[in-house]
Amino acid sequence: MARILGVDIPGEKRIDIALRYVYGIGPVNALEVLERAKINPSVRAKDLNEQQLSQIVNAIQAGKYVIEGDLRREIGLNLKRLQSIKCYRGIRHLRNLPVRGQRTSTNARTRKGPRKTVGVVRNPNAKTGIH
Amino acid sequence: MGRSIKKGPFVDGHLLEKIVALNAANTKKPIKTWSRRSTITPDFVGHTFNVHNGKIFQAVFVTENMVGHRLGEFALTRVFKKHGAHTAKAEAK
Repeated sequence: MARILGVDIPGEKRIDIALRYVYGIGPVNALEVLERAKINPSVRAKDLNEQQLSQIVNAIQAGKYVIEGDLRREIGLNLKRLQSIKCYRGIRHLRNLPVRGQRTSTNARTRKGPRKTVGVVRNPNAKTGIH
Repeated sequence: MGRSIKKGPFVDGHLLEKIVALNAANTKKPIKTWSRRSTITPDFVGHTFNVHNGKIFQAVFVTENMVGHRLGEFALTRVFKKHGAHTAKAEAK
């Protein structure tokens, strides 16, 4: 177990894989960071010493990667902007429906979540008897 | 694929003329338009557009945040329908 940038604890994996546990660092960025820090990607994360860990941290901070909280905030702000100007994409986000023009008649379960059956709810003010 | 930067944002010529004229005269009055495909440029900010949605003209007041989007993104063409009774409580959502 090693800690990088305070919160992230990558496990007993190769360091290039373990770095991906940092939010905002994927396969490509992980290799870039290691290149910068001059560390062999095939070393296990637990085998790194303090100095190598700080090299990695320095490489991440020097590389201007937007990670963790900052990245989450950035994404949140982008969504908020779309929603506040009431554009089509913002409205789709508000309603938790697909944003990029996918069909919703069927599928779209990733956005809509588990199927929920909606029964007939009668309008209490409607007149009964006729129709 | 996005539009080439070389070309700049697309705005329908007839719409641009009206905006330029309004800006020159420093007046503001709603512009009725069918041109949903026009990109909102900084010139548009502060004007109100009545954008056609296929049925009616919806008023869209352009703010700074909207620059870069298209007029059509703000005038929805579909009516969002829900299941269940259309009570006042449900409609408020």
